[in-house]
Amino acid sequence: MSAPKTLYDKIWDAHVAHEADDGTCLLYIDRHLVHEVTSPQAFEGLRIAGRGVRAPEKTIAVPDHNVPTTTDRVNGIDNEESRIQVEALDKNAKDFGIHYYPVSDVRQGIVHIVGPEQGWTLPGMTVVCGDSHTATHGAFGALAHGIGTSEVEHVLATQTLIQKKSKNMKVEITGSLRPGVTAKDITMTVIGETGTAGGTGYVIEYCGQAIRELSMEGRMTVCNMAIEGGARAGLIAPDQTTFDYVKGRPHAPKGADWDAAMANWAGLYTDENAHFDKVITIAGEDIAPSVTWGTSPEDVLPIDAVVPNPSDFKGGKVDAVARSLAYMGLTPGQKLSDIDIDTVFIGSCTNGRIEDLRAAAAVLKGKKIKDGMRAMVVPGSGLVRAQAEEEGLAQIFIDAGFEWRMAGCSMCLAMNPDQLAPEERCAATSNRNFEGRQGRGGRTHLLSPAMAAAAAVTGKLTDIREFN
Amino acid sequence: MEKFENVSGVGAPMPLINIDTDMIIPKQFLKTIKRSGLGANLFDEMRFDDNGNEIEDFVLNKPAYRKAEIIVAGDNFGCGSSREHAPWALRDFGIKVIVSTSFADIFYNNSFKNGILPIVLPKEQVDVLMEDAERGENARISVDLENQTISATDGTAFKFEVDSFKKHCLLNGLDDIGLTMQKVQSIDTFEEKYKKSAPWV
Repeated sequence: MSAPKTLYDKIWDAHVAHEADDGTCLLYIDRHLVHEVTSPQAFEGLRIAGRGVRAPEKTIAVPDHNVPTTTDRVNGIDNEESRIQVEALDKNAKDFGIHYYPVSDVRQGIVHIVGPEQGWTLPGMTVVCGDSHTATHGAFGALAHGIGTSEVEHVLATQTLIQKKSKNMKVEITGSLRPGVTAKDITMTVIGETGTAGGTGYVIEYCGQAIRELSMEGRMTVCNMAIEGGARAGLIAPDQTTFDYVKGRPHAPKGADWDAAMANWAGLYTDENAHFDKVITIAGEDIAPSVTWGTSPEDVLPIDAVVPNPSDFKGGKVDAVARSLAYMGLTPGQKLSDIDIDTVFIGSCTNGRIEDLRAAAAVLKGKKIKDGMRAMVVPGSGLVRAQAEEEGLAQIFIDAGFEWRMAGCSMCLAMNPDQLAPEERCAATSNRNFEGRQGRGGRTHLLSPAMAAAAAVTGKLTDIREFN
Repeated sequence: MEKFENVSGVGAPMPLINIDTDMIIPKQFLKTIKRSGLGANLFDEMRFDDNGNEIEDFVLNKPAYRKAEIIVAGDNFGCGSSREHAPWALRDFGIKVIVSTSFADIFYNNSFKNGILPIVLPKEQVDVLMEDAERGENARISVDLENQTISATDGTAFKFEVDSFKKHCLLNGLDDIGLTMQKVQSIDTFEEKYKKSAPWV
């Protein structure tokens, strides 16, 4: 009998096309997702070398980072550089014959929301994209990670990636979550525990009852932020929840192919006694609604905590925290729930799915946002937007005073016109609170969609457990 | 890609931990469709004020470090996004070596593909080099990739680890795609077999 394997081991082994003596492998790639920002130089490289795309049928492109999210975008993109980048993707998709969802297509959206929605992402696959949040697709039990532009070109040309195997880490969330606690709080709490470099060199498998009890949307939120913990990828073993989500999607297998796929997917789990190089266990009931206070995703605390003091930390973190607090305009000892908010952003590949909009709308129903508050909802895809309109969620947001936007990455990274002004303070459902991320001098607090909605109403960071 | 030659010179000290790719090259410079010219905007928001004037006390604006080819950095350098614009900007500025206790995975890989050598060393050794770097022109750090050593001014040499394949590519300026193309038969064979075992893919 062969040695017990982790889920990561199994997916890895099934995709090694070549292994050199030193362990360097060519890993075969099943799905390559492409967006406009990290691909133009890769396509240019192919043209210069006279190379084609080896597997255009496995390559899917969608513009998302640069696109405006106002409804007048049908008239074109004002910013010339953004327009050129989107036009370059239009042309590259056409010239190289890859699947494409242009801005005008209702299926357009954030690449990590479109892939699963269209059934491109399936259990057991290898998925890459020139974007660090590719980790999202790990929710399906797919090995998914971000790559640089040179690697994008490599995958386009060869359908493989040069890789060495990472180590295995298990993150188990036992028991159930308490009311008001969400997938976002799980993933931020894990990063708070491991630090942003804690996952470096590892692929994480998330498991345990609290993970099993999550919907696919929630699982995608958890895996999405694996990269913020430094991990190469995050994985969750597929189960009935996964199969139910996948079945019937446009590019999911059908008929005999579905049966064959299901037979294969049934083996996608970590064997008993398989070896993990690192194990972290957190009790689900100990996780609180959380919020970041600093400029690294590891700077996270329960909402009922206070802003820490630099002297609470050790080593290089002391100076980093002092710098963060100055940037964020916060004072040690200040209650997190006393922090006033100027802007609320609900969206991104972390929390731009239908379940996220439902959670935020449930908080906002019959309420108004605080006077002077700027608040926007940016659905993760055109289809999420359409579904939210059908379910009446859009009207709840609009009645509350939110702007109801078109799909895209938007204020998560502020490459389009949706940006923060210096010192503008934002409660955001996105994934990074880095200095300048949402606009130069902008101050970001990461939190769940329900917490973001509550902050829009009260005008300050708010404990969702005490909000009514 | 250019061949990696040995480097010797001042090291720019950047002791801040978690220097992320948004700091290295902010998003507004990702709108280019070229790889070149990004050095002008390296560390843009730390290096220039709102009016585009240099911020005097930022390390790469100080006379001693304006032509630095080496950065000695705090833990977890290059965390955040996958943007290869980060190593493009660093290399365009002239940086060839970055020393830290750890690097984010994607940034680490991207660096090698652009002729930059990221060197991981234990904290005590980074501290020695950091101290050296802080002495500006009075110190000199030397990197020898062939022998995998990095030396402080006083000659103290530290051995560093580097993947043999990555080292080979860097020393010879090799293009990954060309190398993989030599193994195209293995990819063809894998694909044939895979089509039968997983037809739904």
